[in-house]
This record gives sequence, structure tokens and C-alpha cells, in this order.
Amino acid sequence: MTSLPPPSARKLGLVIDLDTCVGCHACAVACKQWNDGGQFGPLPDEDAWGERPQGVWFNRVHTYEVTSAAPALTVHFPRSCLHCETPDCVTVCPTGASYKRAEDGIVLVDEDKCIGCQLCAWACPYGAREFSTTRGVMQKCTLCVDRIYNESFDESDRQPACVMACPTRARHFGDLGDPESAVSKLVAERGGHDLMPELGYRPVNKYLPPRPRRAGGTASAPPPAEEKVDFSTAAPILRWLDRLLSR
Amino acid sequence: MRPALSILFFTVVSGMGYGLWFLLGAGLALAPVRLGREPALLALTVGAAFAAAGLVASTLHLGQPRRAWRAFSQWRSSWLSREGIAASASFVPAAALGMLLWRGADAGALRAGGLALAVLAAATVTCTAKIYTSLKTIPAWRDALVLPGYLLLGLLGGSSAGWLIGALAHDAGDRPLPGLVATLALAAALLKRAYWRRLDRAPPAATAESATGLGRFGTVRAVEAPHTEENYLTREMGFALARKHAARLRRIALFLIGAVPAALGIAAALWPVPAAPSAGVVASAVIAGSFVERWLFFAEAKHVVMLFYGER
Repeated sequence: MTSLPPPSARKLGLVIDLDTCVGCHACAVACKQWNDGGQFGPLPDEDAWGERPQGVWFNRVHTYEVTSAAPALTVHFPRSCLHCETPDCVTVCPTGASYKRAEDGIVLVDEDKCIGCQLCAWACPYGAREFSTTRGVMQKCTLCVDRIYNESFDESDRQPACVMACPTRARHFGDLGDPESAVSKLVAERGGHDLMPELGYRPVNKYLPPRPRRAGGTASAPPPAEEKVDFSTAAPILRWLDRLLSR
Repeated sequence: MRPALSILFFTVVSGMGYGLWFLLGAGLALAPVRLGREPALLALTVGAAFAAAGLVASTLHLGQPRRAWRAFSQWRSSWLSREGIAASASFVPAAALGMLLWRGADAGALRAGGLALAVLAAATVTCTAKIYTSLKTIPAWRDALVLPGYLLLGLLGGSSAGWLIGALAHDAGDRPLPGLVATLALAAALLKRAYWRRLDRAPPAATAESATGLGRFGTVRAVEAPHTEENYLTREMGFALARKHAARLRRIALFLIGAVPAALGIAAALWPVPAAPSAGVVASAVIAGSFVERWLFFAEAKHVVMLFYGER
């Protein structure tokens, strides 16, 4: 059913801290590794060891330069499915393969129903859906639905692979529908924002902006002054070396 | 957006087929006795061939064409699903009309069948256009002139084909088709010109600043992409090949869908011009022009996801 379910109380999603992300791509690689595990993994690459390898990644890390009056800011920016509250990728689907879970708001693709028309990819402003040429179906971030509810895992491991892998803890997973959850508090405290709010997709995932620079951060350090050394009183061998090296 | 050949072929050729069916259906509904039996059957068959050829081509775009039947299920939310249903349902009144015309039925039955065919054919092309106009991510397709553009070009293609069929069946003497072709061609050309002018002046739907949410810190510039090679997104949404020649292609399209059919249609309406050659030239020009127009419709449309990749 591609009509949207009534808004769920539970809104599982990610909070991504643009202040601490160092752009190492560990989240992207961990995601690819987890979702591609095994021969029948859902993320096969085409021409993987050939001239033009290509394949589906659920997570892509961009790098931006933000320029204004202050010195430029470099921001690393992981981009993945935002599990929107009003996702057009779901409603445009003609087959019912694309759906939003009523219980926790995760947006998924039923790969057995997908006909690979790719209309959902056109409808997504965030580039969250990529078409697998090898499988002929659309693929997207599952929020590691096979990890977060997996009771064979230790409680601390029931998190998306990207969150587990982040070395700077720039990624946080939780229930954004609960104002008392750790992620919701983080968003409130740091002024977390939506991407492209003007399109009206109401993303669940939030991004935390870079923190303000420390005082003095705007002034760049003065260039080192040229050192002056008086060689006239130095030993003859040093005077000779100075002349030799000054040529 | 990448102009996939299967989609271009589907929208142009099917659009023409459903345009022809609409005109035939409307003609039968309004004046069932005036249309000759043979030309009507021929138009019905040609319309069916065009509609079916386009539908078959559209399945080539699918990654899993054998599951295409599933697309009939989500008509509550999806315009693509509605299009599939309307496109297939049109074959029911078409087949019924074929039987009625073959056996020589009374005017009342022909009127009813014609009305059903016209309504479903119009609904199909409307759904096709709505697939595009419903995408908030592609401002060029949100434009209010997209839907009338699809309808007009479908009608223009259909009426050109109808004129050719009438001419070949020596049935065109008292038909208003050349005049209709000329009128539709002028309307289509004016509409496309207006659409392109609006397209050139339309504000962007979003910016790199709003896409990243970093606008409050200054101007956002992409310095490093996530991947060194192309990926699905940049190939599908980042197609920029035809934009370089857009101005020339627009003029070619206007000549083929506007000037040629308008001039020959007016000439045929006023003077005893040989009908079949004129209609043949017009039909060929309209098909070629529609392909150019549809190519531009895709190639010129920008998707907001490319803002993440540094497109301004």
C-alpha cells in the first residue's frame, strides 16, 4: 500500500553532527559492508573489478566549502535517506513496493514487488534511492532494520551500521518522535535542521549545524617574521658555510 | 533528467495513438453516421497499434518488466498506476467499437462507445502528464503548461495521423481535419514557446544553501563529491548533454510541430492541394518534432538532487 500510514508516534531516524563529521567515509563503507554481506547481499556492484565499476550506496559523503565574511568553513556532509514523514517516493510508487512502516516510520522497498520504474528516485529530492542495474530494482537505506530489532545482537549493537562505525560519534540513532529521547534533546539543544524544508517532505533525520567558532578564530595567524642572525661574530667555518649556503 | 529512449517513444507514440482514439471517439460520439466505416476502422486499428507499441516500449524502461501487472494496484496514490489502468482500460471500448463498426451497429451504440473511448484516451494522456507535474523535485515539470502541452501534442499527433488515414482512404473531402491540424499546430507552438520562456525565468525550487541547511553560514560550494566516477544519480538526474544545443533544438521543434503542419494544414483547407502527400509530410514532421520536444522536456529539466553535487 503506497498511501501513507497515519503519522506514527515512533519516528526512528538519525541525527548527523556536521560539526564533528571529519569526512572519513567510514559510515558509507560500513553501510556498504553490512548491506552487501554475503553472495546474495542486496547491494551487488556492476563490473566491480572492471573498467567502470558502479553500484548502489545508501550513504554518500559530500564536502562543501561555506564562504562568507569569516574564513571559509569546510563541512563534511553525509547524505542518506531521511525517512521523511511525507515521502513522495512512497506515494508515487505504482506497485506498493515502496512503503512507510506504520509502527516506526522507516521507509522501505519490498524488492519482490518493485518493477524498477525508478519513479521514486525521481520523486526524492535527497538522492536517497539508487537503482540496481544488476537486480533491476530500486534500493535504499533501511535504517539497518535487520540490526536495530535483532535480538541475537547485544543491546548496544542494535544500531545502524553507520552509527556504530563513526569514529567521531557524529551520527546518532534514536526515536525523534519522543521529545524526551536523547536524539530529540540533542536536536533541541544544538538547533538541528531539516534539509530542503521548502519542498515539504518533512524529513525525520536532522542535521546539527557546525558550532560557532571560538573567539579569535576569525583572525588568521601572522606570517612568521624572517629571522635575523648576525654571522659577523661567528666562527670562520660557520661564516664560510653561511656564504656557501647563501649563494 | 536523462531522456530515456523508451520513455520518449512511449510518450510520443502512445500520445499520438490516444490522440487519434480521442478524435475518433469524439467524432463517433458527436456524428456517428458521418464517419465512413472503413476509415473509422482503420483509425481505430492505427490508434491501437500506436498505443500498444508505446506501452510495450514503456515496459523496456522497467528493471523487472514481468512484474508490470503490479502497477495496476496503487491507483489511490500513484499517477503512474492510474496511467497504466487508463491506458489498458481504453482498449475495452476500442475493441467494442471495432466489433460494432465491423458488424454495422446503430448510431446509439457507436455514440456510447465513442464517448467511452474519448474519455479514457483523454484520461490516459492526462495521467501521463500528471506523473511529471506531481514531482516537486523537478520545477520544470511542475509548470502549469505541462499538462495542456501533453494534451495538445497528443491531439496534434492524432489529428495528423487521422488526416493521413482519411487522405489514404479518399475520405478527406468533407472533413475538417486539415483546419484542425493547423489550429492545433499553432496552439501547440505558442504554448511550447510560452513554456520555454517561463522555464528560462523560473526561480530554482531550492538552493545548495537550503539543501545542506548551511545557508546561515554563507555561500555553499561543493568542493569534493562522494565518488570520483558517475553514479546512478548523476547519470539519471545530472543529464546535461542537450542543454548546450537547447536554443537550436527548440527552434527545430517549433518548426516541425508548428510551422510545417500549420502551413500545410491551412493550404489544404483553402486550396485543392494533393491530400495524401501533404498529410504524410505533416504526420512525419509532427512525430519528429514531438520527439525533439520530448527530448528537451527531459534534457532541460533539472532535478534538485544535483544541488548536492554542486549544480547552481
